[in-house]
Amino acid sequence: MIPGFKPLVSTSPHIKDKVSVRGIMLAVVIALIPATASGVYLFGLHALLVVVASITSAVISEFLGYKAMGKKFTMDGSAVITGLLLALCLPPTVPIWMPVVGSSFAILIGKCAFGGLGQNIFNPALVGRAFLTLSWPALMTTWVSPFDGVSTATPLGEWHAGHGYTPVENLFFGNVAGCIGETSALAILIGGIFLIAMKYVDWRTPLSYIGTVGILMWLLGEPPLFHIFAGGLFLGAFFMATDYVTSPVTKTGRVVFGVGAGLLVVMIRMYGGFPEGVCYSILIMNGFTPLIDRFTRPKVYGVMKKREGGK
Amino acid sequence: MKVQEFTKGLVKKNPVLVLALGLCPTLAITTRVENALGMAFSFAFVLIFSNLLISAIKGFIPKDVRIPTFIVIIASFVTIIDLFIHGYSPSLYEQLGIFLPLITVNCIILGRAEAFASKRPLGETLLDTAGMSAGFALIIVLISGIREFFGTGGIVIFGHQFLPFILSSPATGMILPPGAFLVMGILLAMLKKMGVV
Repeated sequence: MIPGFKPLVSTSPHIKDKVSVRGIMLAVVIALIPATASGVYLFGLHALLVVVASITSAVISEFLGYKAMGKKFTMDGSAVITGLLLALCLPPTVPIWMPVVGSSFAILIGKCAFGGLGQNIFNPALVGRAFLTLSWPALMTTWVSPFDGVSTATPLGEWHAGHGYTPVENLFFGNVAGCIGETSALAILIGGIFLIAMKYVDWRTPLSYIGTVGILMWLLGEPPLFHIFAGGLFLGAFFMATDYVTSPVTKTGRVVFGVGAGLLVVMIRMYGGFPEGVCYSILIMNGFTPLIDRFTRPKVYGVMKKREGGK
Repeated sequence: MKVQEFTKGLVKKNPVLVLALGLCPTLAITTRVENALGMAFSFAFVLIFSNLLISAIKGFIPKDVRIPTFIVIIASFVTIIDLFIHGYSPSLYEQLGIFLPLITVNCIILGRAEAFASKRPLGETLLDTAGMSAGFALIIVLISGIREFFGTGGIVIFGHQFLPFILSSPATGMILPPGAFLVMGILLAMLKKMGVV
Protein backbone atom coordinates (compact mmCIF):
# COMPACT_ATOMS: atom_id res chain seq x y z
CA MET A 1 0.00 0.00 0.00
CA ILE A 2 1.32 3.38 -0.97
CA PRO A 3 1.69 5.62 2.06
CA GLY A 4 -0.77 8.48 2.09
CA PHE A 5 -3.02 6.87 -0.51
CA LYS A 6 -6.58 6.59 0.60
CA PRO A 7 -8.70 4.63 -1.85
CA LEU A 8 -12.09 6.23 -2.28
CA VAL A 9 -14.79 3.60 -2.22
CA SER A 10 -18.29 4.65 -3.05
CA THR A 11 -21.39 3.35 -4.76
CA SER A 12 -22.43 4.46 -8.23
CA PRO A 13 -22.82 6.91 -9.92
CA HIS A 14 -19.12 7.32 -10.51
CA ILE A 15 -19.30 9.70 -13.45
CA LYS A 16 -20.39 13.12 -12.35
CA ASP A 17 -21.48 16.03 -14.48
CA LYS A 18 -21.02 19.69 -13.68
CA VAL A 19 -24.77 20.18 -14.05
CA SER A 20 -26.32 20.90 -10.67
CA VAL A 21 -29.89 21.55 -9.56
CA ARG A 22 -28.90 25.15 -9.16
CA GLY A 23 -27.47 25.32 -12.68
CA ILE A 24 -30.62 23.88 -14.23
CA MET A 25 -32.84 26.23 -12.26
CA LEU A 26 -30.71 29.18 -13.34
CA ALA A 27 -31.06 28.11 -16.98
CA VAL A 28 -34.84 27.87 -16.61
CA VAL A 29 -34.99 31.32 -15.06
CA ILE A 30 -32.92 32.69 -17.97
CA ALA A 31 -35.23 30.92 -20.40
CA LEU A 32 -38.22 32.56 -18.77
CA ILE A 33 -36.80 36.09 -19.06
CA PRO A 34 -38.22 36.75 -22.58
CA ALA A 35 -41.72 35.70 -21.49
CA THR A 36 -41.50 37.78 -18.30
CA ALA A 37 -40.15 40.78 -20.18
CA SER A 38 -42.89 40.58 -22.79
CA GLY A 39 -45.49 40.35 -20.02
CA VAL A 40 -44.13 43.47 -18.28
CA TYR A 41 -43.87 45.28 -21.63
CA LEU A 42 -47.46 44.41 -22.56
CA PHE A 43 -49.21 44.81 -19.23
CA GLY A 44 -47.14 47.42 -17.41
CA LEU A 45 -45.33 47.64 -14.10
CA HIS A 46 -48.09 46.02 -12.10
CA ALA A 47 -47.20 42.76 -13.84
CA LEU A 48 -43.60 43.15 -12.66
CA LEU A 49 -44.87 43.73 -9.13
CA VAL A 50 -46.91 40.52 -9.32
CA VAL A 51 -43.81 38.61 -10.45
CA VAL A 52 -41.63 40.03 -7.67
CA ALA A 53 -44.28 39.42 -5.01
CA SER A 54 -44.79 35.85 -6.17
CA ILE A 55 -41.08 34.96 -6.21
CA THR A 56 -40.39 36.61 -2.84
CA SER A 57 -43.31 34.86 -1.22
CA ALA A 58 -42.30 31.50 -2.74
CA VAL A 59 -38.74 31.72 -1.41
CA ILE A 60 -39.86 32.83 2.06
CA SER A 61 -42.50 30.05 2.15
CA GLU A 62 -39.92 27.47 1.19
CA PHE A 63 -37.60 28.69 3.94
CA LEU A 64 -40.40 28.50 6.52
CA GLY A 65 -41.69 25.20 5.15
CA TYR A 66 -38.29 23.50 5.35
CA LYS A 67 -37.82 24.94 8.81
CA ALA A 68 -41.16 23.47 9.91
CA MET A 69 -40.23 20.11 8.39
CA GLY A 70 -36.90 20.16 10.20
CA LYS A 71 -34.97 20.01 6.92
CA LYS A 72 -32.02 22.07 5.83
CA PHE A 73 -33.00 24.89 3.51
CA THR A 74 -30.83 25.23 0.42
CA MET A 75 -31.25 28.09 -1.95
CA ASP A 76 -31.45 25.82 -5.01
CA GLY A 77 -33.65 28.17 -6.99
CA SER A 78 -36.57 25.79 -7.41
CA ALA A 79 -38.78 28.06 -5.33
CA VAL A 80 -37.81 30.99 -7.56
CA ILE A 81 -39.06 29.04 -10.59
CA THR A 82 -42.28 28.03 -8.88
CA GLY A 83 -42.93 31.66 -7.94
CA LEU A 84 -42.03 32.93 -11.38
CA LEU A 85 -44.13 30.34 -13.23
CA LEU A 86 -47.10 30.99 -10.98
CA ALA A 87 -46.87 34.74 -11.61
CA LEU A 88 -46.62 34.15 -15.36
CA CYS A 89 -49.90 32.23 -15.38
CA LEU A 90 -51.85 34.83 -13.41
CA PRO A 91 -53.97 37.56 -14.99
CA PRO A 92 -52.12 40.90 -15.00
CA THR A 93 -54.88 42.58 -12.99
CA VAL A 94 -54.69 40.49 -9.80
CA PRO A 95 -54.25 42.32 -6.50
CA ILE A 96 -50.78 41.88 -5.01
CA TRP A 97 -51.92 39.61 -2.16
CA MET A 98 -53.03 36.96 -4.65
CA PRO A 99 -49.59 35.89 -5.92
CA VAL A 100 -48.44 35.95 -2.29
CA VAL A 101 -51.22 33.59 -1.18
CA GLY A 102 -50.86 31.46 -4.31
CA SER A 103 -47.09 31.01 -3.96
CA SER A 104 -47.31 30.18 -0.28
CA PHE A 105 -49.97 27.58 -1.03
CA ALA A 106 -47.96 26.21 -3.96
CA ILE A 107 -44.82 25.81 -1.88
CA LEU A 108 -46.26 24.81 1.49
CA ILE A 109 -49.05 22.49 0.35
CA GLY A 110 -47.94 21.64 -3.19
CA LYS A 111 -44.32 20.93 -2.31
CA CYS A 112 -43.28 20.93 1.36
CA ALA A 113 -46.26 18.85 2.51
CA PHE A 114 -45.11 16.12 0.14
CA GLY A 115 -41.54 16.25 1.45
CA GLY A 116 -39.80 19.00 -0.50
CA LEU A 117 -37.93 19.14 -3.79
CA GLY A 118 -38.23 15.94 -5.79
CA GLN A 119 -41.07 14.49 -3.72
CA ASN A 120 -44.09 16.42 -4.95
CA ILE A 121 -46.56 14.66 -7.24
CA PHE A 122 -48.06 17.77 -8.77
CA ASN A 123 -46.39 20.78 -10.31
CA PRO A 124 -46.36 23.30 -7.44
CA ALA A 125 -46.93 26.37 -9.62
CA LEU A 126 -50.02 24.79 -11.15
CA VAL A 127 -51.24 23.68 -7.72
CA GLY A 128 -51.03 27.34 -6.69
CA ARG A 129 -52.85 28.45 -9.80
CA ALA A 130 -55.58 25.81 -9.41
CA PHE A 131 -56.06 26.89 -5.78
CA LEU A 132 -56.37 30.56 -6.76
CA THR A 133 -58.80 29.74 -9.59
CA LEU A 134 -60.90 27.69 -7.21
CA SER A 135 -60.88 30.27 -4.43
CA TRP A 136 -61.26 33.53 -6.33
CA PRO A 137 -62.79 32.62 -9.69
CA ALA A 138 -63.88 36.18 -10.48
CA LEU A 139 -60.46 37.75 -9.87
CA MET A 140 -58.76 34.98 -11.82
CA THR A 141 -60.82 35.62 -14.94
CA THR A 142 -60.55 39.41 -15.16
CA TRP A 143 -58.60 40.15 -18.31
CA VAL A 144 -57.34 43.38 -19.85
CA SER A 145 -56.02 44.13 -23.29
CA PRO A 146 -52.29 44.98 -23.51
CA PHE A 147 -50.99 48.57 -23.30
CA ASP A 148 -54.30 50.35 -22.65
CA GLY A 149 -55.65 48.07 -19.93
CA VAL A 150 -59.24 48.02 -21.19
CA SER A 151 -61.07 45.01 -19.81
CA THR A 152 -61.76 42.40 -22.44
CA ALA A 153 -61.81 38.63 -22.94
CA THR A 154 -58.95 36.30 -23.83
CA PRO A 155 -58.80 34.93 -27.40
CA LEU A 156 -59.99 31.56 -26.13
CA GLY A 157 -62.73 33.24 -24.11
CA GLU A 158 -63.93 35.06 -27.26
CA TRP A 159 -63.82 31.80 -29.19
CA HIS A 160 -65.68 29.93 -26.45
CA ALA A 161 -68.39 32.59 -26.52
CA GLY A 162 -68.67 32.16 -30.28
CA HIS A 163 -67.08 35.49 -31.26
CA GLY A 164 -64.65 34.10 -33.80
CA TYR A 165 -60.91 33.67 -33.96
CA THR A 166 -58.16 36.15 -33.08
CA PRO A 167 -55.59 36.53 -35.93
CA VAL A 168 -52.67 34.17 -35.44
CA GLU A 169 -50.01 36.90 -35.81
CA ASN A 170 -51.46 38.74 -32.78
CA LEU A 171 -51.28 35.50 -30.79
CA PHE A 172 -47.74 34.86 -31.94
CA PHE A 173 -46.40 38.25 -30.86
CA GLY A 174 -48.61 38.44 -27.77
CA ASN A 175 -50.74 41.49 -28.53
CA VAL A 176 -53.79 39.87 -26.89
CA ALA A 177 -55.39 39.63 -23.46
CA GLY A 178 -54.24 36.79 -21.23
CA CYS A 179 -52.01 35.81 -18.35
CA ILE A 180 -48.82 37.78 -17.78
CA GLY A 181 -46.45 35.33 -19.39
CA GLU A 182 -48.62 33.29 -21.73
CA THR A 183 -49.65 35.75 -24.42
CA SER A 184 -46.50 35.90 -26.54
CA ALA A 185 -45.80 32.54 -28.16
CA LEU A 186 -42.61 33.99 -29.66
CA ALA A 187 -41.09 34.93 -26.28
CA ILE A 188 -41.87 31.49 -24.83
CA LEU A 189 -40.52 29.79 -27.93
CA ILE A 190 -37.17 31.63 -27.56
CA GLY A 191 -36.82 30.40 -23.98
CA GLY A 192 -38.06 26.92 -24.83
CA ILE A 193 -35.67 26.44 -27.72
CA PHE A 194 -32.81 27.67 -25.50
CA LEU A 195 -33.67 24.99 -22.91
CA ILE A 196 -33.95 22.27 -25.57
CA ALA A 197 -30.67 23.35 -27.22
CA MET A 198 -28.92 23.27 -23.84
CA LYS A 199 -30.41 19.75 -23.38
CA TYR A 200 -32.09 20.73 -20.12
CA VAL A 201 -35.48 19.84 -21.54
CA ASP A 202 -36.50 16.92 -23.72
CA TRP A 203 -38.08 18.04 -27.00
CA ARG A 204 -40.47 15.08 -26.89
CA THR A 205 -42.84 16.45 -24.28
CA PRO A 206 -43.54 19.88 -25.83
CA LEU A 207 -43.65 18.49 -29.37
CA SER A 208 -46.05 15.65 -28.57
CA TYR A 209 -48.18 17.95 -26.38
CA ILE A 210 -48.50 20.80 -28.89
CA GLY A 211 -48.64 18.37 -31.82
CA THR A 212 -51.54 16.43 -30.30
CA VAL A 213 -53.54 19.61 -29.73
CA GLY A 214 -52.82 20.82 -33.29
CA ILE A 215 -53.66 17.55 -35.01
CA LEU A 216 -56.80 16.84 -32.98
CA MET A 217 -58.10 20.37 -33.46
CA TRP A 218 -57.46 20.07 -37.19
CA LEU A 219 -59.35 16.77 -37.26
CA LEU A 220 -62.22 18.40 -35.37
CA GLY A 221 -62.41 21.15 -37.98
CA GLU A 222 -60.93 23.93 -35.82
CA PRO A 223 -58.02 26.10 -37.01
CA PRO A 224 -55.01 24.28 -35.51
CA LEU A 225 -52.69 27.29 -35.45
CA PHE A 226 -55.16 29.35 -33.45
CA HIS A 227 -55.47 26.63 -30.82
CA ILE A 228 -51.73 26.11 -30.63
CA PHE A 229 -50.85 29.75 -30.11
CA ALA A 230 -53.87 30.81 -28.02
CA GLY A 231 -53.96 30.44 -24.26
CA GLY A 232 -51.28 28.92 -22.10
CA LEU A 233 -50.37 25.92 -24.26
CA PHE A 234 -46.84 27.09 -25.10
CA LEU A 235 -46.01 28.12 -21.54
CA GLY A 236 -47.42 24.87 -20.23
CA ALA A 237 -45.77 22.66 -22.85
CA PHE A 238 -42.27 24.10 -22.55
CA PHE A 239 -42.03 25.00 -18.88
CA MET A 240 -44.63 23.09 -16.87
CA ALA A 241 -45.13 19.74 -18.60
CA THR A 242 -41.34 19.33 -18.67
CA ASP A 243 -40.85 19.75 -14.92
CA TYR A 244 -38.29 17.13 -13.87
CA VAL A 245 -40.07 16.11 -10.71
CA THR A 246 -43.62 15.68 -11.94
CA SER A 247 -43.22 14.32 -15.48
CA PRO A 248 -42.07 10.86 -16.66
CA VAL A 249 -38.36 10.04 -16.89
CA THR A 250 -38.52 7.64 -19.84
CA LYS A 251 -38.53 8.84 -23.45
CA THR A 252 -41.68 6.91 -24.37
CA GLY A 253 -43.25 8.06 -21.15
CA ARG A 254 -42.69 11.69 -22.07
CA VAL A 255 -44.47 11.19 -25.38
CA VAL A 256 -47.37 9.46 -23.60
CA PHE A 257 -47.49 12.36 -21.13
CA GLY A 258 -47.57 14.93 -23.94
CA VAL A 259 -50.23 13.10 -25.95
CA GLY A 260 -52.39 12.60 -22.86
CA ALA A 261 -52.13 16.24 -21.82
CA GLY A 262 -52.89 17.35 -25.38
CA LEU A 263 -55.95 15.12 -25.50
CA LEU A 264 -57.20 16.60 -22.21
CA VAL A 265 -56.68 20.17 -23.47
CA VAL A 266 -58.72 19.44 -26.60
CA MET A 267 -61.46 17.78 -24.54
CA ILE A 268 -61.67 20.66 -22.06
CA ARG A 269 -61.60 23.35 -24.76
CA MET A 270 -64.09 21.66 -27.07
CA TYR A 271 -66.50 19.97 -24.67
CA GLY A 272 -65.78 21.41 -21.22
CA GLY A 273 -67.17 24.41 -19.40
CA PHE A 274 -63.87 26.31 -19.37
CA PRO A 275 -62.37 27.91 -22.46
CA GLU A 276 -58.85 26.83 -21.40
CA GLY A 277 -57.59 23.56 -19.94
CA VAL A 278 -53.78 23.60 -19.97
CA CYS A 279 -53.46 23.94 -16.18
CA TYR A 280 -55.77 21.04 -15.40
CA SER A 281 -54.47 18.85 -18.24
CA ILE A 282 -50.93 18.98 -16.83
CA LEU A 283 -52.12 18.46 -13.24
CA ILE A 284 -54.16 15.41 -14.27
CA MET A 285 -51.26 13.94 -16.24
CA ASN A 286 -48.97 14.60 -13.25
CA GLY A 287 -51.18 12.19 -11.36
CA PHE A 288 -50.59 9.56 -14.08
CA THR A 289 -46.80 10.06 -14.13
CA PRO A 290 -45.88 7.19 -11.76
CA LEU A 291 -48.10 4.84 -13.77
CA ILE A 292 -46.60 5.97 -17.09
CA ASP A 293 -43.08 5.49 -15.74
CA ARG A 294 -44.00 2.03 -14.57
CA PHE A 295 -45.34 0.90 -17.93
CA THR A 296 -42.60 2.44 -20.05
CA ARG A 297 -39.68 1.07 -18.08
CA PRO A 298 -36.86 0.39 -20.55
CA LYS A 299 -35.56 -3.15 -21.05
CA VAL A 300 -32.67 -4.02 -18.80
CA TYR A 301 -29.53 -4.65 -20.89
CA GLY A 302 -28.70 -8.35 -21.22
CA VAL A 303 -31.97 -9.63 -19.79
CA MET A 304 -34.18 -11.59 -22.16
CA LYS A 305 -37.91 -11.33 -21.99
CA LYS A 306 -39.47 -14.54 -20.75
CA ARG A 307 -41.41 -16.36 -23.42
CA GLU A 308 -45.12 -16.63 -22.76
CA GLY A 309 -45.97 -20.17 -21.71
CA GLY A 310 -42.43 -21.37 -22.39
CA LYS A 311 -40.31 -23.44 -20.09
CA MET B 1 -67.92 1.85 33.83
CA LYS B 2 -65.05 4.07 32.92
CA VAL B 3 -64.73 7.70 31.95
CA GLN B 4 -62.31 6.66 29.18
CA GLU B 5 -65.28 5.29 27.26
CA PHE B 6 -66.40 8.89 26.89
CA THR B 7 -63.08 10.69 26.44
CA LYS B 8 -61.67 8.29 23.85
CA GLY B 9 -64.18 9.58 21.31
CA LEU B 10 -62.94 13.15 21.61
CA VAL B 11 -59.38 12.79 20.34
CA LYS B 12 -57.79 9.38 20.71
CA LYS B 13 -60.43 7.46 18.78
CA ASN B 14 -62.10 10.43 17.15
CA PRO B 15 -64.53 8.96 14.60
CA VAL B 16 -63.50 11.38 11.83
CA LEU B 17 -59.84 12.07 12.50
CA VAL B 18 -58.63 8.64 13.57
CA LEU B 19 -61.18 6.11 12.42
CA ALA B 20 -61.85 8.15 9.22
CA LEU B 21 -65.53 7.24 9.31
CA GLY B 22 -68.53 9.38 8.44
CA LEU B 23 -66.63 11.41 5.89
CA CYS B 24 -69.66 12.07 3.66
CA PRO B 25 -71.44 14.40 6.08
CA THR B 26 -68.09 15.77 7.26
CA LEU B 27 -67.20 16.89 3.77
CA ALA B 28 -70.66 17.72 2.46
CA ILE B 29 -72.48 19.74 5.10
CA THR B 30 -69.59 21.69 6.64
CA THR B 31 -70.22 24.72 4.46
CA ARG B 32 -71.74 26.67 7.37
CA VAL B 33 -71.38 26.38 11.13
CA GLU B 34 -75.16 26.27 11.59
CA ASN B 35 -75.43 23.31 9.23
CA ALA B 36 -72.70 21.55 11.18
CA LEU B 37 -74.48 22.24 14.47
CA GLY B 38 -77.73 20.91 13.03
CA MET B 39 -75.99 17.82 11.71
CA ALA B 40 -74.11 17.27 14.99
CA PHE B 41 -77.37 17.46 16.92
CA SER B 42 -79.25 15.08 14.61
CA PHE B 43 -76.31 12.73 14.52
CA ALA B 44 -75.96 12.65 18.31
CA PHE B 45 -79.69 12.00 18.71
CA VAL B 46 -79.68 9.08 16.30
CA LEU B 47 -76.38 7.62 17.51
CA ILE B 48 -77.17 7.72 21.22
CA PHE B 49 -80.77 6.53 21.09
CA SER B 50 -80.36 3.87 18.42
CA ASN B 51 -77.32 2.39 20.13
CA LEU B 52 -78.98 2.45 23.54
CA LEU B 53 -81.92 0.53 22.08
CA ILE B 54 -79.57 -1.91 20.36
CA SER B 55 -77.67 -2.41 23.60
CA ALA B 56 -80.92 -2.96 25.50
CA ILE B 57 -82.30 -5.61 23.15
CA LYS B 58 -78.99 -7.17 22.10
CA GLY B 59 -80.01 -10.47 23.70
CA PHE B 60 -83.02 -10.80 21.39
CA ILE B 61 -81.31 -10.03 18.07
CA PRO B 62 -80.40 -13.19 16.13
CA LYS B 63 -76.79 -13.00 15.02
CA ASP B 64 -77.58 -13.68 11.36
CA VAL B 65 -79.90 -10.71 10.91
CA ARG B 66 -78.19 -8.25 13.24
CA ILE B 67 -77.15 -5.77 10.52
CA PRO B 68 -80.69 -5.42 9.06
CA THR B 69 -82.01 -5.07 12.60
CA PHE B 70 -79.50 -2.30 13.37
CA ILE B 71 -80.45 -0.52 10.18
CA VAL B 72 -84.18 -0.71 10.97
CA ILE B 73 -83.58 0.73 14.45
CA ILE B 74 -81.28 3.47 13.16
CA ALA B 75 -83.68 4.33 10.32
CA SER B 76 -86.54 4.70 12.81
CA PHE B 77 -84.61 7.31 14.78
CA VAL B 78 -83.53 9.04 11.58
CA THR B 79 -87.20 9.30 10.58
CA ILE B 80 -88.00 10.88 13.95
CA ILE B 81 -85.26 13.51 13.67
CA ASP B 82 -86.05 14.07 9.98
CA LEU B 83 -89.70 14.89 10.71
CA PHE B 84 -88.69 16.93 13.76
CA ILE B 85 -86.29 19.18 11.85
CA HIS B 86 -88.66 19.42 8.90
CA GLY B 87 -91.36 20.63 11.25
CA TYR B 88 -89.38 23.02 13.44
CA SER B 89 -86.63 24.34 11.19
CA PRO B 90 -87.51 24.10 7.50
CA SER B 91 -84.52 26.23 6.49
CA LEU B 92 -82.07 23.90 8.23
CA TYR B 93 -83.93 20.96 6.69
CA GLU B 94 -83.41 22.53 3.29
CA GLN B 95 -79.70 23.05 3.96
CA LEU B 96 -78.99 19.53 5.19
CA GLY B 97 -80.99 18.07 2.33
CA ILE B 98 -80.24 14.46 1.50
CA PHE B 99 -77.59 14.18 4.21
CA LEU B 100 -80.22 14.07 6.93
CA PRO B 101 -81.85 10.80 5.73
CA LEU B 102 -78.38 9.56 4.86
CA ILE B 103 -77.50 9.46 8.57
CA THR B 104 -79.12 6.02 8.33
CA VAL B 105 -76.12 4.65 6.50
CA ASN B 106 -73.54 6.69 8.41
CA CYS B 107 -70.76 4.25 9.12
CA ILE B 108 -69.98 5.71 12.55
CA ILE B 109 -73.43 4.73 13.83
CA LEU B 110 -73.42 1.26 12.31
CA GLY B 111 -69.79 0.86 13.35
CA ARG B 112 -70.50 1.69 16.98
CA ALA B 113 -73.58 -0.56 16.97
CA GLU B 114 -71.60 -3.48 15.60
CA ALA B 115 -68.38 -2.94 17.53
CA PHE B 116 -69.66 -1.60 20.83
CA ALA B 117 -73.38 -1.39 21.59
CA SER B 118 -74.19 -4.97 20.58
CA LYS B 119 -71.65 -6.28 23.10
CA ARG B 120 -71.63 -3.85 26.02
CA PRO B 121 -74.10 -2.84 28.75
CA LEU B 122 -76.28 0.26 28.60
CA GLY B 123 -74.13 2.56 30.73
CA GLU B 124 -70.95 2.02 28.75
CA THR B 125 -72.89 2.39 25.49
CA LEU B 126 -74.23 5.73 26.66
CA LEU B 127 -70.72 6.99 27.47
CA ASP B 128 -69.26 5.63 24.24
CA THR B 129 -71.92 7.10 21.96
CA ALA B 130 -71.90 10.44 23.80
CA GLY B 131 -68.13 10.62 23.37
CA MET B 132 -68.33 9.72 19.70
CA SER B 133 -71.06 12.31 19.15
CA ALA B 134 -68.99 14.96 20.90
CA GLY B 135 -65.91 14.05 18.87
CA PHE B 136 -67.88 14.18 15.62
CA ALA B 137 -69.46 17.50 16.58
CA LEU B 138 -66.07 18.95 17.52
CA ILE B 139 -64.55 18.16 14.16
CA ILE B 140 -67.42 19.15 11.90
CA VAL B 141 -67.93 22.43 13.77
CA LEU B 142 -64.19 23.15 13.51
CA ILE B 143 -64.07 22.35 9.79
CA SER B 144 -67.23 24.29 9.05
CA GLY B 145 -65.93 27.25 11.06
CA ILE B 146 -62.73 27.37 9.00
CA ARG B 147 -64.64 26.93 5.74
CA GLU B 148 -67.33 29.49 6.51
CA PHE B 149 -64.83 32.05 7.70
CA PHE B 150 -62.53 31.80 4.70
CA GLY B 151 -65.33 31.15 2.23
CA THR B 152 -67.71 33.94 3.21
CA GLY B 153 -65.48 36.28 5.23
CA GLY B 154 -67.30 35.90 8.56
CA ILE B 155 -69.39 33.50 10.59
CA VAL B 156 -73.15 33.83 11.06
CA ILE B 157 -74.89 31.31 13.32
CA PHE B 158 -78.72 31.26 13.21
CA GLY B 159 -78.87 34.96 12.40
CA HIS B 160 -76.30 36.06 14.96
CA GLN B 161 -73.06 37.57 13.71
CA PHE B 162 -70.62 35.32 15.53
CA LEU B 163 -67.58 36.69 13.71
CA PRO B 164 -67.80 39.97 11.74
CA PHE B 165 -67.10 39.96 8.02
CA ILE B 166 -63.43 40.88 8.10
CA LEU B 167 -62.23 39.30 4.85
CA SER B 168 -62.88 41.66 1.96
CA SER B 169 -62.42 39.06 -0.78
CA PRO B 170 -63.36 35.68 0.70
CA ALA B 171 -62.14 32.54 -1.05
CA THR B 172 -65.46 31.23 -2.36
CA GLY B 173 -63.79 27.94 -3.21
CA MET B 174 -63.63 27.08 0.48
CA ILE B 175 -67.39 26.52 0.65
CA LEU B 176 -67.28 24.41 -2.51
CA PRO B 177 -66.51 20.66 -2.32
CA PRO B 178 -62.74 20.99 -2.98
CA GLY B 179 -62.48 23.33 0.01
CA ALA B 180 -63.79 20.56 2.24
CA PHE B 181 -61.07 18.15 1.13
CA LEU B 182 -58.41 20.83 1.50
CA VAL B 183 -59.42 21.84 5.03
CA MET B 184 -59.84 18.23 6.11
CA GLY B 185 -56.47 17.22 4.66
CA ILE B 186 -54.55 20.16 6.07
CA LEU B 187 -56.20 19.72 9.48
CA LEU B 188 -55.33 16.00 9.56
CA ALA B 189 -51.75 16.66 8.45
CA MET B 190 -51.25 19.34 11.08
CA LEU B 191 -52.72 17.25 13.89
CA LYS B 192 -50.58 14.28 12.82
CA LYS B 193 -47.48 16.45 12.71
CA MET B 194 -48.21 17.80 16.18
CA GLY B 195 -48.76 14.26 17.43
CA VAL B 196 -52.34 14.85 18.55
CA VAL B 197 -53.81 11.94 16.62
